[in-house]
Amino acid sequence: MSDHEYTPKSKFGKWFNDRLPLLTLANHLTDYPTPKNLNYWWTFGGILTFCLITQIVTGLVLAMHYIAHADMAFDSVEHIMRDVNYGWLIRYIHANGASMFFLAVYIHIFRSLFYGSYKAPREIIWIIGIIIYLLMMAAAFLGYVLPWGQMSFWGATVITNLFSAIPLVGEGIVTWLWGGYSVDNPTLTRFFTLHYLIPFLILGLVVLHIWALHVPGNNNPVGIDIKKPSKDTVPFHPYIVIKDGFALLMFMIVFAFFVFYTPNILGHADNYIEANPLVTPAHIVPEWYLLPFYAILRSVPDKLLGVVAMLSAILILAALPWLDTSKIRSAVFRPLYRQFYWILVADVLILGYVGAMPAEGLYLLVARVATAYYFLHFLVILPVLGWKEKTLPIPLSITEPILGGSPNLATAKNKESSN
Amino acid sequence: MKNFFKIFSFIILFSGLSLSTQAAEKVEYLKTDWSFKGLFGKFDRAALQRGYQVYTEVCSSCHSMKYLSYRNLAEKGGPEFSIEQAKAIAASFEVKDGPNSDGDMFTRPGRLSDKFVMPYDNVQAAQAANGGAYPPDMSVLVKARGGGVDYIYSLLQGYEDPPAGVTLDDGVYYNKYMYGNKIKMANQLSDGLVEYSDGTTASVEQMSKDVTTFLMWSAEPHLESRHQMGFKAILYLIILTILVYFSMKRIWSRIETEV
Repeated sequence: MSDHEYTPKSKFGKWFNDRLPLLTLANHLTDYPTPKNLNYWWTFGGILTFCLITQIVTGLVLAMHYIAHADMAFDSVEHIMRDVNYGWLIRYIHANGASMFFLAVYIHIFRSLFYGSYKAPREIIWIIGIIIYLLMMAAAFLGYVLPWGQMSFWGATVITNLFSAIPLVGEGIVTWLWGGYSVDNPTLTRFFTLHYLIPFLILGLVVLHIWALHVPGNNNPVGIDIKKPSKDTVPFHPYIVIKDGFALLMFMIVFAFFVFYTPNILGHADNYIEANPLVTPAHIVPEWYLLPFYAILRSVPDKLLGVVAMLSAILILAALPWLDTSKIRSAVFRPLYRQFYWILVADVLILGYVGAMPAEGLYLLVARVATAYYFLHFLVILPVLGWKEKTLPIPLSITEPILGGSPNLATAKNKESSN
Repeated sequence: MKNFFKIFSFIILFSGLSLSTQAAEKVEYLKTDWSFKGLFGKFDRAALQRGYQVYTEVCSSCHSMKYLSYRNLAEKGGPEFSIEQAKAIAASFEVKDGPNSDGDMFTRPGRLSDKFVMPYDNVQAAQAANGGAYPPDMSVLVKARGGGVDYIYSLLQGYEDPPAGVTLDDGVYYNKYMYGNKIKMANQLSDGLVEYSDGTTASVEQMSKDVTTFLMWSAEPHLESRHQMGFKAILYLIILTILVYFSMKRIWSRIETEV
């Protein structure tokens, strides 16, 4: 990992480090050369680590008081809210923490899309990231089922029923997932088990994600390869630590506002009604962070194809390093891609909006157009753009943005200073 | 730094959007000043006590409140009855207990540790007594309805004669705020229905407001400490953020790149 040898100063340190090189690791993490022009969009990696740890710690405490039983789950959540000391605080942090986690991960993903962070040599980092994202969605869905409210129950019913679209074995798989012939107690207990397991899988993958990052080092807003260490880099500590810390604190202010002042706004009122298999809610909607994919699912008239479309929408991201044929990483030097990037952002936001609306009339039409465009972006626009686009000249280093005399000197300088 | 503000405003925008999509779903509910809204919102103690009276005398004959205990009535941040008052309230209810050493069930006066006595033994009994409709448990009712307190407050005052062309079955009533306008609960409140001991006039509007305040507390019994802690936590975070910002500036001044 580190190209320079590190020797601990103390004798004990040396003895220990020869047997388990923890101090070498710590030294690598503090000295890790980081591009000095990283902007605040790069602080979300640290923020996401914070989100994961927060979810694990609060979740651990909640699990001490929660009872995973169809007859007692709802009651035990109310017990946490009322009688457990600061139980309300822990639960609200956990519930809103999930939303904050997704807010941060979407910013993190779209940052990668803008600056081309998924391109060689960072494909493995990107693919691990996509797996983490998939596991996050699974964990969030499973967690939403645990309070055993109406949305929990019916959300679980709708999502598990998606598997019934698989030809021949679909129905069997659904029964196997449920542990019975409907969503019931066996479903709840296994969902709880899996909800407890997944965050630790994510934690392991996060270690791999960071490890894979530390091999080539960070991408940067200019998107060029840089020499490390050089005058283009700063050591991770203290420069990046304090900057990430500052951004994290700002994020925590927003987080705290949700927890303390509008703790239920991101949830659905129906989830405060205990699960009732005999009463279906008027609208079954997933949490906001799953809405774009829900819109894609519903925009396809055929159930199986809908499920395939939804899964492809996520999995297509894993192929992104090869779909994007451009040699230039950063959108700063790709004038056309920059515009398509923002259209994609708008497209996903539109999908999220129509996902929350009933699938009928104009909403359905918009959902279909937006779904088609989503795939068009990745399957057609990106590959073609890589061949056709006339990119701007890229600088040779971060400190010397452009070779003298380039017409784009001024633009590059502006970009740099705004970071 | 410019970039940073872009991100921050993006997050604020997102928060704003999430708030406004919720607002978009609302019909126009009746408005009133809720003392518990806002950064320092607290419950109006007298309204909570009056609201409890309305609940006991009117609602509790059909609606349970299974997550509340009589001890909650004396707890901080709630109606704050004195311990003696709460004990007297509890003792005024007959609680089924047992089995005793002979194996028999028996009734005894309620204690602080007892949960609120339920009006019916089970859901089926409640449905049988109410034309097939189950009067929902009211412990978390305001959180279980999209419009929250405004919805409940409006619903209680929303009874009117059905417009021409709308026919109602027996035991179904017209309410302009109810989803689908048909409700199986008859209008319960009428002016002067309860007699408030603090001399407040028991108008329908007043009773609706009091009982809704009470329901808000029953759904969020720790609302007051949440608001107090929230203010302190956010203030602390803001101060810390400012300090960290200046430390960051100081550290980054060692190199020429701006942060």
